Amino acid sequence: MPHVAADPAIAPAVPRFLNAGETALVVEFGETVDPAINDRVLALDAALRADPPAGTREFVPTYRSLMIHYDPLQIDRQTLVGLVHKALAVPAARTALAANWIIPCCYDSGFGEDIEEVAQLLKITPGDLIARHTAATYRIYMYGFAPGQIYLGGLPEALAISRRPAPRPPHQPGAVLIGGGLCVITNFAMPTGWYVIGRTPERLYAVARADAFLFQAGDNLRFEAIDAATFLALEQRVASGEIVARKSAA
Amino acid sequence: MSSVPAQAALRVLSAGPGVTLQDAGRHGYLRYGVTAAGPMDPLAYATANLAAGNAAGSTAIEISLGGIELTAEAEPLAVALAGGDFAISLDARVLPRSSLWAAMVLTIEPGAVLNIRAGQSGAWCYLAVAGRLVVPQLLGSNATHTRTGFGGVDGRAIRTGDRLSVEPSRSSTLSFGAIAAPWLDRPPEIIRVVLGPQDDYFSAEQIAAFLEGPWRVSIKADRMAYFLDGPRLTHAKGYNIVSDGIAMGAIQVPGDGRPIVLMADRQSTGGYPKIATVIGPDLGRLAQARPGTAFRFEAVSIAEAVAARREEAAALARDLVVDPLVRTQFSSEFLLGLNLIDGVVNPIEHVKIA
Repeated sequence: MPHVAADPAIAPAVPRFLNAGETALVVEFGETVDPAINDRVLALDAALRADPPAGTREFVPTYRSLMIHYDPLQIDRQTLVGLVHKALAVPAARTALAANWIIPCCYDSGFGEDIEEVAQLLKITPGDLIARHTAATYRIYMYGFAPGQIYLGGLPEALAISRRPAPRPPHQPGAVLIGGGLCVITNFAMPTGWYVIGRTPERLYAVARADAFLFQAGDNLRFEAIDAATFLALEQRVASGEIVARKSAA
Repeated sequence: MSSVPAQAALRVLSAGPGVTLQDAGRHGYLRYGVTAAGPMDPLAYATANLAAGNAAGSTAIEISLGGIELTAEAEPLAVALAGGDFAISLDARVLPRSSLWAAMVLTIEPGAVLNIRAGQSGAWCYLAVAGRLVVPQLLGSNATHTRTGFGGVDGRAIRTGDRLSVEPSRSSTLSFGAIAAPWLDRPPEIIRVVLGPQDDYFSAEQIAAFLEGPWRVSIKADRMAYFLDGPRLTHAKGYNIVSDGIAMGAIQVPGDGRPIVLMADRQSTGGYPKIATVIGPDLGRLAQARPGTAFRFEAVSIAEAVAARREEAAALARDLVVDPLVRTQFSSEFLLGLNLIDGVVNPIEHVKIA
């Protein structure tokens, strides 16, 4: 996959260094949801993880910034900033490692609980909504909010819908949500201000699995529509420890 | 053939809401959306482990205002307590405090009842058992995050009837005593912050209003967040940002202009501007403030925050000082009541915090 050069207006060459207290440094590459900005976040994350500076504790990539947790009694801010600049000079290798996933999703009304409501709001048919949702390729920008929950970019414009004015009751684990122009796959039952359009039998987090967390930020993902019977069969296989999402060549 | 000896344990006779197991936190998984959890008052938690002779980061019981009542099973268990000014009694005898800011070490004989409940001030108290609580870990930690069911006892808060297995420390020699911990004397009037990461979303006037306050901890205050009552803040550049990471102590300002301090159980990422971040050494100071407590924020530099942190580390690294008042404070009758036959204040082995 060719590396897209970031628009300097959106992603300045030099990131901003913001303080989140004396134990966390935010390296901010931009303020928008943009694959080029996220590429730079993930490249820095990969470079730092490959050779973590002494005194750093944890790196948290998000859409547009990397939060570095550190112990200021072991490494001072200025030294850390210097090491970040050094890491930024290393050519990025992360994008070459991005995996392409296909994940099963059931859109039937018992699973995509809000699909009729969303279709009405968007003035399309539920069938059209499903067709558009499965046709798109999504980028996993980040995990966030709850264990295993991933935020996806690449939702088609026709499916862009604002978040709900007020939260709806808790969804099921595995619920696929849309809202605010983005798509989310959940892993825990939670109330949400987004719309539930489907549900995957896959578990993005399973503690007993060798890879407790299935995906890496930067991976690409597509949804494959399945019926209720297939959902139940796959759910059983997942319960026995199997991974039912699969990697594709492209 | 001898039978298997009964395993030492702490038995929970009653527990109020919000009492949980905590260790130094479940670190390394924020990148997967996993909250670190860990103690609300890291300094009091560290002090309890220190007084118990435990390694830093050992699993302890975080006691909320709900309180807890415990007994020992199978053998006597030495425990250390540190935190807010909680009322502590053993077999219905109120334990006098030599000083408000003392860690207390005591031994619970099998069947004896230790009761810890909300006292004059403070919101959290830590109980560290000398030795080790034997509880299965999740992702390398016992820290409880009840919202996702991670860690602790089956992913939940401690409740009445729970039995916590203990591997008692064999090196512990202290049966009863108070250990001065003046670093826990932290008046809540001033909470120090480092401005940012999104202070540029606020005008200079609004930053001044934020620092001027005054603020009060609202009734909505739990392990996830302390909501604040005070002036309404306004944003200069809107209140929606593209989500980024959240550190403990981050003060986010949502659309209604009412700041929220994100605490130990905060979510890993969020989309509201964060005007400032409470410095590490003042997290416990704020955590111990009950609803209604008034305070002000004071902006400090990174260098000042690090200096405060260094002071805190130095206090914990010094040898423990056994409070000399202890010997005279307690009447012989009281000590006899506790069935003590030997010295009162032999300090237990001191494990320094690295």
